[in-house]
Amino acid sequence: MNLLWTWLSNPENWQGSSGIPVRVAEHLAYSAATLFLAALVGIPLGLWIGHTGRGRVAVVNLVNGVRSVPTLGLLFAAVLVVGPLLGGDIAFLVPSIFVLVLLAIPPILAGAYAGVEGVDPGARDAARGMGMSSMEILFRVEVPCALPLIFSGLRSAALQVVATATLAASVSLGGLGRFLIDGQAYRDYGQMAGGALLVAVLAVLVDLVFAGVQRLVVSPGLSPIRSARRVRTRAQLAANPT
Amino acid sequence: MKWFLGHLDQVAQLMLNHAVLALIPLVVGLLLALPLGWLAKRYRGLYSPLIAGTGLLYTIPSLALFILMPLVLGTGILDPVNVVVALTVYTVALLVRTVADGLGSVPDEVVQAATAMGIGRLRRFWSVELPLAVPVIAAGLRVAAVSNVSIVSVAALLGISQLGSLFTDGFARNFLDPIVVGIGACMVLALAMDLAILLLSRAATPWLRTRVAA
Amino acid sequence: MKKHLATLAAAATALALTACSSGNPLASSAPASSAPASSGAALSIVVGSANFPESEILADIYAGALKAKGITVSTKLNVASRETYVPALKSGEIDLFPEYTGGFSKYLSADADTHDEASALASLKSLLPDTLTALEPSAAQDKDSITVTRATADKYSLKTIEDLAPVAGQFVLGGPPEWKNRALGVPGLKKTYGLVFKDFKALDVAGPLTVQALKNGQVQAANLFTTDPSIKANDFVSLEDTKQFFGAQNVIPVIQKTKATPEVTAALNAVSAKLTTDTLASMVTKVVIDKQDAATVAAEFLSTNGLG
Repeated sequence: MNLLWTWLSNPENWQGSSGIPVRVAEHLAYSAATLFLAALVGIPLGLWIGHTGRGRVAVVNLVNGVRSVPTLGLLFAAVLVVGPLLGGDIAFLVPSIFVLVLLAIPPILAGAYAGVEGVDPGARDAARGMGMSSMEILFRVEVPCALPLIFSGLRSAALQVVATATLAASVSLGGLGRFLIDGQAYRDYGQMAGGALLVAVLAVLVDLVFAGVQRLVVSPGLSPIRSARRVRTRAQLAANPT
Repeated sequence: MKWFLGHLDQVAQLMLNHAVLALIPLVVGLLLALPLGWLAKRYRGLYSPLIAGTGLLYTIPSLALFILMPLVLGTGILDPVNVVVALTVYTVALLVRTVADGLGSVPDEVVQAATAMGIGRLRRFWSVELPLAVPVIAAGLRVAAVSNVSIVSVAALLGISQLGSLFTDGFARNFLDPIVVGIGACMVLALAMDLAILLLSRAATPWLRTRVAA
Repeated sequence: MKKHLATLAAAATALALTACSSGNPLASSAPASSAPASSGAALSIVVGSANFPESEILADIYAGALKAKGITVSTKLNVASRETYVPALKSGEIDLFPEYTGGFSKYLSADADTHDEASALASLKSLLPDTLTALEPSAAQDKDSITVTRATADKYSLKTIEDLAPVAGQFVLGGPPEWKNRALGVPGLKKTYGLVFKDFKALDVAGPLTVQALKNGQVQAANLFTTDPSIKANDFVSLEDTKQFFGAQNVIPVIQKTKATPEVTAALNAVSAKLTTDTLASMVTKVVIDKQDAATVAAEFLSTNGLG
């Protein structure tokens, strides 16, 4: 605890290109880029599957397969394969983001798919009865109703990505993982514990931001607070259906 | 492929180490999560802090947890116990919510009926609530099992021998074969554990099958 | 206020859980690795290695040589850097380690004199903790180096580390993370050669990251080992260490005193007697370039030299 405090309270650690603010910014940048790309793939795919009911089994199995890929091994393989093809700093950045995106897609996809699939069939039928087209039903009924689950998928992906983005440091990138890897390399427990604490705090803050956005975006009629609980378990179930 | 065939023994040994390091925490974590999940479900006020607190544990990066464990436990830096305890923490983090939600998914009428039949609270938990919560708990357990297998490999950065050692070895030599074999073996292990839990949960809930059959 | 309470409660839960797991019954059932070997029981030795192929080869050689004498051996390979494995050596989790005279001395004391083989060995012997002892050093040396690409060397006409002085300000230096603070790293380069680089980039221990970063221009100068075959393969230039900063780096077995029985000592000294820089470099080439197993290469060395 003392070591941790000494490290955190040392003003030197808060300055310069390897100071805490820079590392936090790098960490957020990696995480944001990852989540954006993962959402770009995961949400449309999840919506499509939930809406059409097509390709469910294939995707669920794929998601399970992806989940079981060990992140560290994939990162090393990606760096060895992709690294030499690229020049400069992106040589290690691209493989790292790729691995993180792969990690983030399953929860996002599962959330989107479970959300749409779980929409009350009555609401869907009513929309159809009102003469809505398939696309209108998707975007005006299913997506709004699925938002709590979509958000829960995004939030669990965000938690995972923020915690795992530390691995990027093991292939020489920045971010808060630097404190863990460097702390390990010179046995500076204060730095390691500080890095770990910052990661946890960052993860919680990111989650709070998502929670705030969710509250603004989700229709109050869906009572997000109450359903969120059931929803997360369901999202887990969706990823691993029996 | 050639590399794999030439190193079957080594891969099998590493896989065994890996399985042990991933399995023990799963079992211990479940045993710890059961009472905690029950508490969270039984006392509403405890739900949020328990879920939030255990959820927070999950955000601690694994490398940090492995290295800081010796400070907490007084173990040596190379002791595999560090990995086992760290993974137990993650397993608990994942399972408390699942157990609480699983117990919460048991219909109130069933619990009331059991109470009306004069079944005591403890027996009711073991013989009514827990069995009915098995599908949900098993789903959480499967997620935990798969994630444990992945996290164990990180311990290779500390020299703890398991499939992750193939990653560090391959990487240090710019050699893809061991890394690919390691990834494959990890996936096989994860999916095998996943399947085992699925089968166990099916075996433990025969009533679900008969309902489907009927 | 309510939120604060929830956060507090959450923190308390987290603490309580950690406390729970520290009472984990497994902890007690773990093998007590720090227990001293009882003299009556058969000797068993745990050989460790650092996280680079050469260290693993050497550990396998030591292990094989001891096994050939009927001693029970187990290995703990790839144990990160000195910062991790030295505490494990001190605590007795590891008994035997392939070390380097200069590097280990500098690790134990930043001011250690390691400019030639004799001084490095003397420094190491005087600096080792009481529980450890160094056996006979081998002739094999593997030094750290500052290495640049052929293009960089030509452009700035670099031959020695001293030549870097005028251009260091434009260069990013790459090396293992621990170099940032180690005497035998950034601070030492500044002290000995007056070199202040534009930045330091933490890579791996002279592995593929370092080679890639040097090749693709992320760093202009980097730490590689002199036995590393990738220097030749990529036509890199290792700058001459005119001030003996990296000093002598003879491979030497470091062992727990309690385990250094005459039999063990003889077996390990026999290994040291046969190790040369060339054999070491060719073994590393076999593992890193030809992708042979460290254990296989080690066994081959032992059998050719009649040690195993």
